[in-house]
Amino acid sequence: MTDTKTLNVGQPLERTEDLRLLRGRGRYADDLPVSPRTLNAAILRSPHAHAEIETIDITEAMSMPGVAAVITGEDVAQHSDPFLVALRQPLHQWPLAVGRVRYVGEPVAVVIADDRYLAEDAVDALQVSYKPLPSVIDPEEAASDGAPLVHEEAGTNLVSVRDFTYGDPDAAFAEADHTFKLTTQFPRHSYMPMENFVVVAEYKIEDESYDVLSNFQGPYSTHPVMSRALRVPGSRLRLRTPRDSGGSFGIKLAVFPYIVLMSVASKITGRPVRWVEDRYEHLTAANSCPNRVTTLEAAVTKDGVITALRFDQLEDYGAFLRAPMPGPLYRMQGAITGAYAIDNVAITNKIVVSNKMPAGLVRGFGGPQLYFALERMTNHIAGELGMDHLDLIRKNLIPAGSFPYKAAAGSLLDSGDYQKAIEITTGEGRLEDLIKRRDAARAQGKLYGIGYAAIVEPGMSNMGYLSTLLTAEAREKSGPKNGAISMATVNVEPMGTVSITADCMPQGQGHETILAQIVSDQLGLAPEDITVNVEHDTQKDQWSIAAGTYSCRFTPGTAVAAQMAAAQVRDKLAKIAAKNLNTPAENIEFTDGKIHAAGNPDNAISFGRVAGTAHWAPAELPDGMEAGIRETASWTPPELEAPSPGDHINTSLTYGFVFDMCGVEVDPVTAMVRIDRYVTMHDAGKLLNPLIAEGQVLGSFAQGIGTALHEEFLYDDDGNFLTGTFADYLIPTVAEVPRPEILHMASPSPFTPLGAKGMAEGCCMSTPVCIANAVSDALGVNVAQLPMSPKRLHALIDEDEPPRPSGAGQ
Amino acid sequence: MKPSNFDYCRPDSVDEALSLLSEYGDDARIIAGGQSLMAMLNLRLAAADVLIDIGRLQELSECRQVGGYLEVGAAVTQAKLLNYPGLAEIQPLLAKALPNVGHFQTRNRGTVCGSIAHADPSSEIPLCLAALEGEVVLRSASGTRTLSAADFQTGMLATAIAPGEMITAARFPVAEQGAGYAFAEVARRRGDFAIVGLAAIARNGTLRLGAGGVAGKPAILEWQIEAGQLDDALNGFAWEMEGEDDIHATAKYRRQIVRQLGRKVLEEAKSCSS
Amino acid sequence: MLKLEKDTRHKVRFVLNGSPVSGWADARMLLSDFLRQELGETGTHVGCEHGVCGACTVRIEGRAVRSCLTLAVQAEGFDIQTVEGLAGDDGALNALQTAFRKHHALQCGYCTSGILMSLTDMFQRNPSPSRDEIEDVVGGHICRCTGYAGIMDAALEVAEAGAGK
Ligand code: FES
Ligand code: FES
Repeated sequence: MTDTKTLNVGQPLERTEDLRLLRGRGRYADDLPVSPRTLNAAILRSPHAHAEIETIDITEAMSMPGVAAVITGEDVAQHSDPFLVALRQPLHQWPLAVGRVRYVGEPVAVVIADDRYLAEDAVDALQVSYKPLPSVIDPEEAASDGAPLVHEEAGTNLVSVRDFTYGDPDAAFAEADHTFKLTTQFPRHSYMPMENFVVVAEYKIEDESYDVLSNFQGPYSTHPVMSRALRVPGSRLRLRTPRDSGGSFGIKLAVFPYIVLMSVASKITGRPVRWVEDRYEHLTAANSCPNRVTTLEAAVTKDGVITALRFDQLEDYGAFLRAPMPGPLYRMQGAITGAYAIDNVAITNKIVVSNKMPAGLVRGFGGPQLYFALERMTNHIAGELGMDHLDLIRKNLIPAGSFPYKAAAGSLLDSGDYQKAIEITTGEGRLEDLIKRRDAARAQGKLYGIGYAAIVEPGMSNMGYLSTLLTAEAREKSGPKNGAISMATVNVEPMGTVSITADCMPQGQGHETILAQIVSDQLGLAPEDITVNVEHDTQKDQWSIAAGTYSCRFTPGTAVAAQMAAAQVRDKLAKIAAKNLNTPAENIEFTDGKIHAAGNPDNAISFGRVAGTAHWAPAELPDGMEAGIRETASWTPPELEAPSPGDHINTSLTYGFVFDMCGVEVDPVTAMVRIDRYVTMHDAGKLLNPLIAEGQVLGSFAQGIGTALHEEFLYDDDGNFLTGTFADYLIPTVAEVPRPEILHMASPSPFTPLGAKGMAEGCCMSTPVCIANAVSDALGVNVAQLPMSPKRLHALIDEDEPPRPSGAGQ
Repeated sequence: MKPSNFDYCRPDSVDEALSLLSEYGDDARIIAGGQSLMAMLNLRLAAADVLIDIGRLQELSECRQVGGYLEVGAAVTQAKLLNYPGLAEIQPLLAKALPNVGHFQTRNRGTVCGSIAHADPSSEIPLCLAALEGEVVLRSASGTRTLSAADFQTGMLATAIAPGEMITAARFPVAEQGAGYAFAEVARRRGDFAIVGLAAIARNGTLRLGAGGVAGKPAILEWQIEAGQLDDALNGFAWEMEGEDDIHATAKYRRQIVRQLGRKVLEEAKSCSS
Repeated sequence: MLKLEKDTRHKVRFVLNGSPVSGWADARMLLSDFLRQELGETGTHVGCEHGVCGACTVRIEGRAVRSCLTLAVQAEGFDIQTVEGLAGDDGALNALQTAFRKHHALQCGYCTSGILMSLTDMFQRNPSPSRDEIEDVVGGHICRCTGYAGIMDAALEVAEAGAGK
């Protein structure tokens, strides 16, 4: 690598992916050719929140044209085992309801037919008789005694309760000048991708294996869950993911039960089976973030220093605990104190099940839930103490210069200067402008407020964090879990062309472009000289349990592995070239497709020629060197240790910092919120591609707006699902999303060789609460529930209305 | 999400369409742009045994001014009406309301009369038709009849279309000299169905306010300006519609919008009048 | 009069991106399915099949419409354009596509084809639309990835160039 040339890493390069996507030549899961023998599936889903399945009459459906099979829970139970659950609780889930349905939308039967139209016709002809059972929707109700049981075998809906103590919170509360308490409710929603789930499964009788194509996103810790359910060794579940995926944001992990379901369907029918989820199915049953009720107490000194926090977190996972749930409740555990230096923390984590769709991964993954409680609390404390919220934030931040900082619950915050980040954000007149806008608006009698939020954004999860859920003794028994392995391969072909494969499943994040940037720098090539293939095949490609694209693991993980693999290639090539160039390998540089002695570009051989030696003339290679050039690197950071006996856990590897501030106006008549100005500051260490990084901020910001103001899965008291179309489940469109002002600073991570941190989830965590703080300021109320829909805000600002005139109806 | 099975007919004339209608009766449904019907068919919330596509019928594809009305044929798209030369003068209420109907892409295909036939309580076009006291032209094998908007829409998603009958045109009164028109709506997002839609007309000392999205069909308040006390009238109007709670809004919220935004729209209409 | 009976396949013909094409469709087959499954033109995507998301938007006789709310047979004889027909004859990206790339107006690309078709319709009728007019058109699409900022920047850049002409 030379130092004279600008590196490709760090440049805002335009994406190579776009060249095909803009031409309509992307290849998403449902675009790939399938065998003409392939049948198509449609799923009958439960109309009841909770019911016993008495009978399923398939006679009429089976007699319909094109119908090959109808598969019910009995078939599935015969051919597969229930999914493994992280909790030791009897929460048995198969991909089809067996005997009982537990949420509206739960799959009950599958019709396999020639095409989807015919399959849907036959679904309509299935006759199921249900015996309805009492259901429970509200998490607090579900957790209370006497509530209808979602899983009778478990004997309770409160399937896990764990207490944690870090420091001495009781003493801190006893000594506190003030204590505050706030209960917040985080809703169910999903950053659902525009592409729905797709599975094409084929059972191969010759070796009793399954070959599946799906737009799965990882983590591949779910692969053993699927193969166990299918009763095959992992190597006999071949899972392939296509090059392009139409967004995921965590959601496409939840395709895994359908991978098992369609595999079983293929085994039963003896034909390949394709299932393309439709939007109604997706909205009703694919995935939701868990809803959470948090009661947070804070111990505070009279000058606003927070000395302790006490969390009571009740998280509602819906009807089942699918792997890797209850991740969201534990992903933030080590960093539960956020950006603040608070030494004493008590946590009670409670997991409840209810008659709603099962929860799963959603971008932010526990962060939005935590920060809605925490940053509403700091805002509340400031208000109660008569302090400015920003001053209170500043007073409690982790001091600059103390990184890496060990947070109370175990996170090792890698780097940062939060004070400086806030100073930059408020500087250049930005804060003054916000205040000016607020004062002017208020002078006109408008409802205007300012909000702030300071959050720490985790990147690359410790695969051991979920075991914090178990007691130290139970962890001891089941063996340690830790780390987060990333893998990438750099291959140099006989003519010296370079290609990369990796363990990521990009869904729009531009990984191909970034991997080419990283590897081209190492090898002195241009990014466009490098071919990146991110299709993934578990039978052929490198992967381990952490594989996938989720929890911001690409930048601190796969990108590092790619750099390491490229460095291995470079070392090998340097050794080969050393002989020809008559200079030691350490003295060799790679520039513009040439390999040459440092400081002497004339003493050079072409990259292709050196690489060719490894293929065409292995005898010429230095002693002991393997022929061919294909290097796979595997990287796991040592900082990701297993939970300590005292339950301290470094939940993630990198911790970025996000600071948001905004001004909003609430319309007193329509109760609608207009975002007047929004500023968001991100310290994600070194940015690998600023253009792509900005896109991640913009996208997560738009999703944050959705969470703040629009999106919510709604059920009525009987568990009926009310938001089954895009006319009811409201995703922000262009008019609802203003462009935020984005600021960056860079505190490189000392724990990742590239200095980069995960950065794609920040605004999903910061934006909802920042807007909630601003709305609270505008209305002079404590917003405690999201989204701040006009209906909800109207109830908060509700005034008496003129009475019904006599004679007007009724 | 695929529609259930149907036969598809594309008649070459209205007469042919009518004879198909009498042949198939209740099993048949007329489709023009299909922007409401196709979504319902895909969701299997509606089914038809026979679809009769009138979308290409030339005789239904015209907008023209006749006898104080702007007559809009049953195959005229919302986009075509919105871009009709001089619409802002011919009928300002339509020019103001139409951009709120669905989105650019659905207006490109969705028809004006299709929206009227669908009779969604919160859609803008039926509201305008009712506020303007427009008419709907219905034809069947046995003849033609014209219904006032008030008689045409009987309730939520319900109309007076008789078996064997189809809409051939809607008639919007052209703007009166000196009258003022205004339109406003509250929707969760731009382009969504209105939680409350309001159409206001001010003319000759009379105010007329149409409200959609509250009752099962557009409701109308008429008010003589010199009678004073508009607030009470608006409050009575807001209550009388007996709006209900749904996932987007409460009945009380709707009443508030009718009272407050209603006043604003009426004032705007008044300020546009002379 | 054209009459197609259920459960029988019918020949459907139209002009796609300048070339005549044909395929077989049931009366009830959606145009989106016909394009993707019958003709193999998978650049048009399907996100909701109830007319809200805009992923399936194509141009029929120049107008951007939802192919999921249109039957294949309704396209019979018309001129249809899809995303595959946007690049120039030499295969080069057109000005709008180029602007999308420059402004990072797409991430996963799933919504992109539909948005390109809508904007193409708009620019063809109005080369220099205002921000509000562009917003109205983009408002008929859901993009889950980009937050729309890059899409607006790209469209505004093309609009500015259009105004300069
Ligand atoms: S797929 Fe047609 S609008 Fe969503
Ligand atoms: S780029 Fe992914 S939905 Fe728009």
